Amino acid sequence: MDASVSPSAVAEAVRITKKYGETVALDGAHITITPGEAHALVGRNGAGKSTLVSILTGLQEPDEGEVRFAGRPAPRLSDRSAWRERVACVYQKSTIIPELTVAENLYLNRHDHNGLRLVSWKSVWRKAADLLEAWSVDVDVRLPAKELNVEQRQFVEIARALSFGARFIILDEPTAQLDGAAISRLFDRMRAMREQGVTFLFISHHLQEIYEICDTVTVYRDARHILTAPVAELPQGDLVAAMTGEAAGLSDRHARPPVSAQAPVVLDARGLADGEVYAGVDLRVRAGEIVGLAGLGGSGKTELAETLAGLRAPREGTVEVGGRRPRAGSVPDSLAAGVGLVPRDRHHQGLIPLMSIADNATMTVPERLGAAGLVSGRRRDGLAREMITNLAIKTPGPELPVNGLSGGNQQKVVMARALASDPRLLVLITPTAGVDVRSKEFLLAKVEEIAGKGTGVVIASDELDDLRLCDRVLVMFHGRVTTELAAGWHDHDMVAAMEGVDLDA
Amino acid sequence: MPETTAAPAETGSPAPKGPRRPPAGLRLARLRDLALVPAIIAIAIVGQIVHPIFLQADNVINILQTMSEISLLVLAQTLVLIVGKMDLSLESTFGLAPGVAAWLTVAVGTGSGLGLLSGFWAIPITLAVGALVGVVNALFIVRFGLNGFIVTLGMLIVLRGLLTGISGGQTFFNLPESMTYLGSAMWLGVPASIWICLLLFAVGVLVMGFTGFGRSLYAIGGNVDAAKAAGIRTDRVLWITLIAASVLAAVGGLLLTGRLASVAAAQGDGAIFTVFAAAVIGGVSLNGGKGTVFGAFTGILLLYMIQNVLTLAGVPAQWIEALNGAIILTALALSRLTGGKTQE
Repeated sequence: MDASVSPSAVAEAVRITKKYGETVALDGAHITITPGEAHALVGRNGAGKSTLVSILTGLQEPDEGEVRFAGRPAPRLSDRSAWRERVACVYQKSTIIPELTVAENLYLNRHDHNGLRLVSWKSVWRKAADLLEAWSVDVDVRLPAKELNVEQRQFVEIARALSFGARFIILDEPTAQLDGAAISRLFDRMRAMREQGVTFLFISHHLQEIYEICDTVTVYRDARHILTAPVAELPQGDLVAAMTGEAAGLSDRHARPPVSAQAPVVLDARGLADGEVYAGVDLRVRAGEIVGLAGLGGSGKTELAETLAGLRAPREGTVEVGGRRPRAGSVPDSLAAGVGLVPRDRHHQGLIPLMSIADNATMTVPERLGAAGLVSGRRRDGLAREMITNLAIKTPGPELPVNGLSGGNQQKVVMARALASDPRLLVLITPTAGVDVRSKEFLLAKVEEIAGKGTGVVIASDELDDLRLCDRVLVMFHGRVTTELAAGWHDHDMVAAMEGVDLDA
Repeated sequence: MPETTAAPAETGSPAPKGPRRPPAGLRLARLRDLALVPAIIAIAIVGQIVHPIFLQADNVINILQTMSEISLLVLAQTLVLIVGKMDLSLESTFGLAPGVAAWLTVAVGTGSGLGLLSGFWAIPITLAVGALVGVVNALFIVRFGLNGFIVTLGMLIVLRGLLTGISGGQTFFNLPESMTYLGSAMWLGVPASIWICLLLFAVGVLVMGFTGFGRSLYAIGGNVDAAKAAGIRTDRVLWITLIAASVLAAVGGLLLTGRLASVAAAQGDGAIFTVFAAAVIGGVSLNGGKGTVFGAFTGILLLYMIQNVLTLAGVPAQWIEALNGAIILTALALSRLTGGKTQE
């Protein structure tokens, strides 16, 4: 492996190790970025990309290893201005202040002053306009920054980075929120800037973009460096294999019995569309069937699943559950129609942390807790105890606050709540995120068990393990269902479909 | 380019070359700043119809003087709101700061005065008490990271109690002349407190619009992480802002003390509601990072003009308070309609 110091590198990280408690975020990883190139960094979630970015931009110190810029050691972490002259990062999250003008955002805390030590706005505006013109960014510098769209905001942030003197720019998933035309404009601009001597580190989940814009690609997997190669010499199949790690074939999961074609349809969604988010989706799920919705962040799978569960209203199209048509965007109506939901993020939408397990688990079924809106503590705890046994939740009792549980057990509580109403249709969104392996297996087995009893299941996830138990998986890309894979697919087919690349191409 | 002149942000000078669109956003921002001007003109007309003395110099001066003290609280609160915090304790500081000065300087025998210090010290003590309150607030909010609303609510109660304690619930009279001068003197035929109020607002406009420090308040209130990333020393700015706000409240209290030649134990009681209302009506966001000093000034001016009109119209004093509340709600609804966005 090439871990030696190369004096020609714009930036390099050598033998970097970073741990957060037990978790190893980077394990002896390295990267070398040469001047003028566009270097891609790819890897699946948790591969260590964001940790590397925060180390390369001086936000965090590595536990071991070294960062160099142009052959010289990196400045101290506290010397922000020295870092800013060497490297800049355009994060996914905006670092623009929406109420201030573009010009002021560009020159914040380094305003020009006039003879009276007052801010000279004319000079600030002129400098900002000159800066944007030098990099051909066509934005009125006197607009409040909140009026910029994502594309303009990114260009402004790039220009600001360049104005500090940095000629090495990290773009962290810049295309995630852009449409096709904006992406090609971004790439045009990246090419133009490279001609002016700017070097890029480009992070993206979309592999075809890497083939379009980058020269070199580095793959990380499980906190380690896997390979660095010129993009032109690396076929897409090999790149996907490097990212997924040649998963040891199919799991030993026993085949599920096929779903009878006579089984009643529990979910019938037709012509669902919501602007840019997703469009043209038809989906039918039969009783006992498990259907996967795969896709990366921004593919629209989460929003689609939320629409099915009544959390969002679609702009067009209808959702029918068990022959009823719940009011669009109404969770109570969907619940009544027989939808159970495990929402995307248990911390934000799933649980109320300080309330007890019993309160959390029975939240969807107040009518079973007592008459006339009153809650019988005994009945609630009894119900909760059933659930605790049923889902093997590890807890001394139902009265424990739910934030005292481990991640896996918290997720079981969320699942218990989804199941409390005996749903006809169970919608799960990333049901095993942040859950330990045993709980994960348990939860997935539970899903199969529920399906076996005649509930239709929809799983929206980008975790291959979640998708493996599905009878079929619809893969979404940029808001459209692009591929449908029957059970028994290979990992690389699934990943390629999610990344939007065609392996046969 | 005349880059050495203090070109005000509101000049209609052409934008630097490049922009394809007219700076619509800037015009919008400027409009928002002047949003209350039509309302102020309308009230002036209504006032003139209600009673012909409304626009006479005496009455205008009367309005300005009545609002001059509380408007300093509005100025203080505006700074704190823009930086993204809240300070409820301003109204107590408004009473306590001159109260402590009176307590220490008023001769024994009149009320609960201690007569420890000469009258010369009254103003320095007032300002020092204000600064001290600001330091305590900043200590809790910035240093210990506590929620500003609840910290200053606690301070509001503590400071109010302190004033009641030292005064024995009584009013301080026979104040030293230095304390009453600013609130009662006339400069060029106009009460000094009006001059001071206008001067401090002018300084506020200048600082918030044209100094790096003022802009850093907007940056911190708008996005504290981005402000830190730009190298702004956010904690230091917060300290200075909170202390400056409390000192402004102390000055406001001093002016009122001078006008009334006394410090009541309840001085400033309940003023904070009017202060918040004026700031929000004037376009200052409760979420920070948004609003201007000038806007806040128009907010408090509008509220006091309406009150004056009601008084001139002969509305019984018992009803003024209910009407005040109704006016605040109406003004908020109007600013929501004209602003077009959900109130923050």
